[in-house]
Amino acid sequence: MVLSDFLSVLAGFWQNGPVQVALAVGGGAALVSAVVGVFTVLRGQAFAGHALADVSSAGGSASLLLGLRPLVGFFAMAALAAGGMEALGARAVRERDLVTGIVLGAGLGLTALFLYFDMTSTATTGAAVSVMFGSMFALAPGTVTLALGVAALALAASAALYRPLLLIALDPDLATIRGVRVRAVGFAHVVVLAMAVSLSAMTIGAILSTALLIGPAACGLRLARRTGTAIAIAAGLGLLATWGGIFLAYDSFYWTPGHGWPVSFFVVAIIVGAYALTGLRGRAG
Amino acid sequence: MDGNATLPALAVERLSVALSGRTILDHVGFSLAPGSFCGLIGANGSGKTTLLRSILGLVTPSGGTIRCAGGKPGQAIGYVPQKIQFDPFMPLRARDVVGLGLDGHRFGIPLPNAARRARVAAMLAAVDAERFADQRVGDLSGGQQQRVMIAHALIRAPKLLLLDEPLANLDLRSIAEVVGLLHRLTEKQGITVLLSAHDMNPLLPVMDQIVYLAHGRAVSGTVADVVRGGVLSQLYGYHIDVIRVHGRVLVVAAGGVEAQDGSLLCDPVHVAPIP
Ligand SMILES: Nc1ncnc2c1ncn2[C@@H]1O[C@H](COP(=O)(O)OP(=O)(O)OP(=O)(O)O)[C@@H](O)[C@H]1O
Ligand SMILES: [Mg+2]
Repeated sequence: MVLSDFLSVLAGFWQNGPVQVALAVGGGAALVSAVVGVFTVLRGQAFAGHALADVSSAGGSASLLLGLRPLVGFFAMAALAAGGMEALGARAVRERDLVTGIVLGAGLGLTALFLYFDMTSTATTGAAVSVMFGSMFALAPGTVTLALGVAALALAASAALYRPLLLIALDPDLATIRGVRVRAVGFAHVVVLAMAVSLSAMTIGAILSTALLIGPAACGLRLARRTGTAIAIAAGLGLLATWGGIFLAYDSFYWTPGHGWPVSFFVVAIIVGAYALTGLRGRAG
Repeated sequence: MDGNATLPALAVERLSVALSGRTILDHVGFSLAPGSFCGLIGANGSGKTTLLRSILGLVTPSGGTIRCAGGKPGQAIGYVPQKIQFDPFMPLRARDVVGLGLDGHRFGIPLPNAARRARVAAMLAAVDAERFADQRVGDLSGGQQQRVMIAHALIRAPKLLLLDEPLANLDLRSIAEVVGLLHRLTEKQGITVLLSAHDMNPLLPVMDQIVYLAHGRAVSGTVADVVRGGVLSQLYGYHIDVIRVHGRVLVVAAGGVEAQDGSLLCDPVHVAPIP
């Protein structure tokens, strides 16, 4: 019976320890990425988001060498890069892309170095794949509290910056004359962005974290007339893709004997599919 | 507080501004009476935006003083910037943009609040924007967006309203609507309006005063005083003729050349076919 097979898979799914950790941490990462992603797209900082994620991989790979928690490594490096971009301070969009590109290059150089050391040390042979493409089922159970704490902090900060970010997106001069410290708010947003990409780098991987950051947000922005609605759609889709991806990856152990399919593949597949679907549909509330 | 009535709403004295070492404004001075409608007229690049941004404190002058009745810009001055580009994906309804004018500088998410909602609705009604209040701003026409931005600028009840080329890209009907709306604001609510434009003609029926910018310098006064061949020739430094025809004013530089569309090119107003 297909249905009874499905139900028994589902029962095993819920009781599986690594799955529970993945659902919690992945869900937190998806939620934060969706919310932060909406503002990131509005600010035209998708490239900066991707660069922070890539650079964070240097921290992720270094943390394996040093025996630190991966999230600490990912975030430390992303925050350093965020600070670097701010210090090099570029106003114009073109200039900003340049600075982002330079920071990105520098970070990936370090990643190459650390991953090389990771691979030559027998204890961390799988480092390259887990840093770049995620390790959803290999998260340490002790990570849950820290990850959800970072997620809660990022969500609270996004909520605090909500109105100033929108006013700046409308026009920075209008924000300035109303007393908004445009530059400080922008920097605070980049730090929150660093938290978001570190969380998703740890779960679906540094390279694919952009999909979780931009995809659901882009769908929300396509469909909604209001910011709140856009964020709700993005959050729902991010959670659906991540949890759905985790379930499919778990289930895939029964598809191909001996090995399953990676979670990240399913997460991205669901997001891309949803984005294609939103192109066919009109706007919601 | 009777004495305040005689204080100008805005007084600019010997204002000089240099950007990247170039003098953009050179000893510009004028003052606006409360409740007056003033056109800031000048060609492209004459410094209209720079002057407005200086008044708002967004540009630091190299000399001179700017005094504004009522204090800090965000509080006492409303501003409609030149060509705001609404991102097509901007997830804001016209209503939300007006709401941001009220409390967009505050931290946190706006909580549902009946008083706030009523104030936004009243503002939308005042600029006749209720019909499209629930549409995404990016989907509105230029004239509709302009009215939404005026509501955004007015919702905190400023005494002075600065608008940078709000009539650019509008058709004749929308121009008449926006100008009429602003004129009513000066008459009914005593708001002082300073509006920049490169063509003064749509403003002629309502303008109490004109500030005419050219080559970084300004002359100001009533239209009758300022828009005269002698005055403008002095400002430009070469011969200018002012022609009044069919109720329109044409400012023509000597030696104006034919443009490709057959109209006479002049500075700062193209001789447009009379509608
Ligand atoms: N940041 C800057 N650095 C140097 N020069 C500048 C800067 N901003 C503006 N300018 C120059 O100052 C002059 C006045 O510019 P401004 O934008 O104030 O003119 P404007 O009258 O508003 O023109 P328009 O009708 O095209 O809007 C222009 O010659 C412009 O090139
Ligand atoms: Mg201008």
